[in-house]
Amino acid sequence: MSIAVLDTNTPAHGSTVAPVLESAASAARPAGPAALVVDRVTKRFRVNRRKPPVTAVDDISLEIQRGEIYGLLGANGSGKSTLIRLVSGLLSLDAGRVEVFGHDLVREEMAVKRLINRVSVDAAFFKKLSPAENLSFAARLYGLDARDARRRSIEIMARLGIGEKRLGRPVEEMSRGMQQKVAIARAILTSPTLLLLDEPTTGLDPRSKLDVQTFVEELRAERDATILLTTHDLAEAERLCGRIGILAGGRLTVEDTPERLKARVALDHDLPPTLENVFMQYTGRSLDDDVEEGETDPDD
Amino acid sequence: MITLPRDARASFAFVERNFNLTKRYWGWEVAFLVYAIAGSLSVSLIGQSIGDRRLLMSLVVGAVFWNYLSVVFQSIGDTITWERWEGTLEYTMMAPVRRSVQLLGSAFYAVLYGLAHTTVLLIVLALFFSLDLGHANFGAAAVFMVVGSASLIGIGMLAAILPMMSVERGSQMVFVLQSCLLLISGVYYSVDILPGWMQVLSRVSPATYVLDAVRKALIDGAPIDTLLPDLWPLLIMAVVFIPAGIWGFGRAERYAKRTGKLKRVG
Repeated sequence: MSIAVLDTNTPAHGSTVAPVLESAASAARPAGPAALVVDRVTKRFRVNRRKPPVTAVDDISLEIQRGEIYGLLGANGSGKSTLIRLVSGLLSLDAGRVEVFGHDLVREEMAVKRLINRVSVDAAFFKKLSPAENLSFAARLYGLDARDARRRSIEIMARLGIGEKRLGRPVEEMSRGMQQKVAIARAILTSPTLLLLDEPTTGLDPRSKLDVQTFVEELRAERDATILLTTHDLAEAERLCGRIGILAGGRLTVEDTPERLKARVALDHDLPPTLENVFMQYTGRSLDDDVEEGETDPDD
Repeated sequence: MITLPRDARASFAFVERNFNLTKRYWGWEVAFLVYAIAGSLSVSLIGQSIGDRRLLMSLVVGAVFWNYLSVVFQSIGDTITWERWEGTLEYTMMAPVRRSVQLLGSAFYAVLYGLAHTTVLLIVLALFFSLDLGHANFGAAAVFMVVGSASLIGIGMLAAILPMMSVERGSQMVFVLQSCLLLISGVYYSVDILPGWMQVLSRVSPATYVLDAVRKALIDGAPIDTLLPDLWPLLIMAVVFIPAGIWGFGRAERYAKRTGKLKRVG
């Protein structure tokens, strides 16, 4: 069985594991450029002038093909959200290169921006404005016709279980789950070919979570969307993702299909083949540690 | 060429969004307007109490037009602050929109909002004091408002950089800057009475020239050609400050992306 494991202690790990990754990534690779190429990307932050910079993302390389849902798992502070922000162009790269459908993020920033959208864990809106007003703003920013955007907004929101009557009332009067659905609708409205979902179901009730997960599956099936998903919900990752990468300390420690990852922990560590065991094995911490830390530091 | 309609649409996004915000916060808008009217009346009544009609007119013009200039300046200066507090700045920055388009859209709405605010204020004060504006040169006053707005927009853009660096400290500095403009621009008095070093500073404030020219136009009916000494500094400031504001904003965005300062605060 071919397993893609990134040994982060090996110098220039990208080159040593590349052949293994090739075999595991996808047997039937679609023609055309990859949806997302992250090539040896590094990001450091200087928190305090007297202290050395903190490396949030450390020499990460990954490649996602068109139509794929790729899951990123990792503890809080492992670098998931930082990586999403780097791909979104919200943070500048200290080293490395990002390409979206063949467009370089730095040199062709506008072209990349037209292809991507992002849903973050905190549904950020002007909370006094209604969903319709927030979505209209998004539509105009992305150059969409206002009337078409309105019609599409109604369709998308209806699919997510939010009726037209609800679109005129302020977002602040909506539940957390409904706000997150509006955030997803806002991202979908612009028809992104690469969708970055940063913990989109965190804090949602089971029904809302299921609605969002079903919608994500439909997006891939019907719209050929490519999705990079970060989540703390291992069942969600297993259900949605064709491949999963695990981050620890800013490095990609392992990446493969969920089935192969589970087989790996069973074979090498004599553990039950669960994604929870994969997570603990490759992050070096339990889920409980993660949740406790998340309560004090929700943003990584 | 293809980008022009797209840019116009994107720019209108900021106009429409800010208009919607004004509508949604209508209670606060009424409160601010009442405060502006009460403040302007209070200051202008000093002129009335002295029985000096010219002083009264001078104070009314100062109060009304400072209100306009400060509303425009504050609206642009607070653009980033609002977005960082609401957490929407990352979303806006991710959109395929040039910063100049974003800033000019916000500035355009600020001007429209300031004009609406100031028109109400001017009508109330004119009725309250039975002002005689029969020989006022409104055309010249309008020209100075337009040109003055352009130069103030540039300073507002530069000020909007500050909350990107630090949302709280930046907002405080924008407030301090606005206070300094009030002090040095001769809003309620001639800049001639200021200490020498303050008079030097007053020459770099667009409000100084706008207020001086608008007073001459509305009180004395001065024609535009006699107001050229006030016009050319405003034109120079507009030509310098707007590109400087857009350039500075771009630099600040790069800094924010390097240090991770686009995230929600508050």
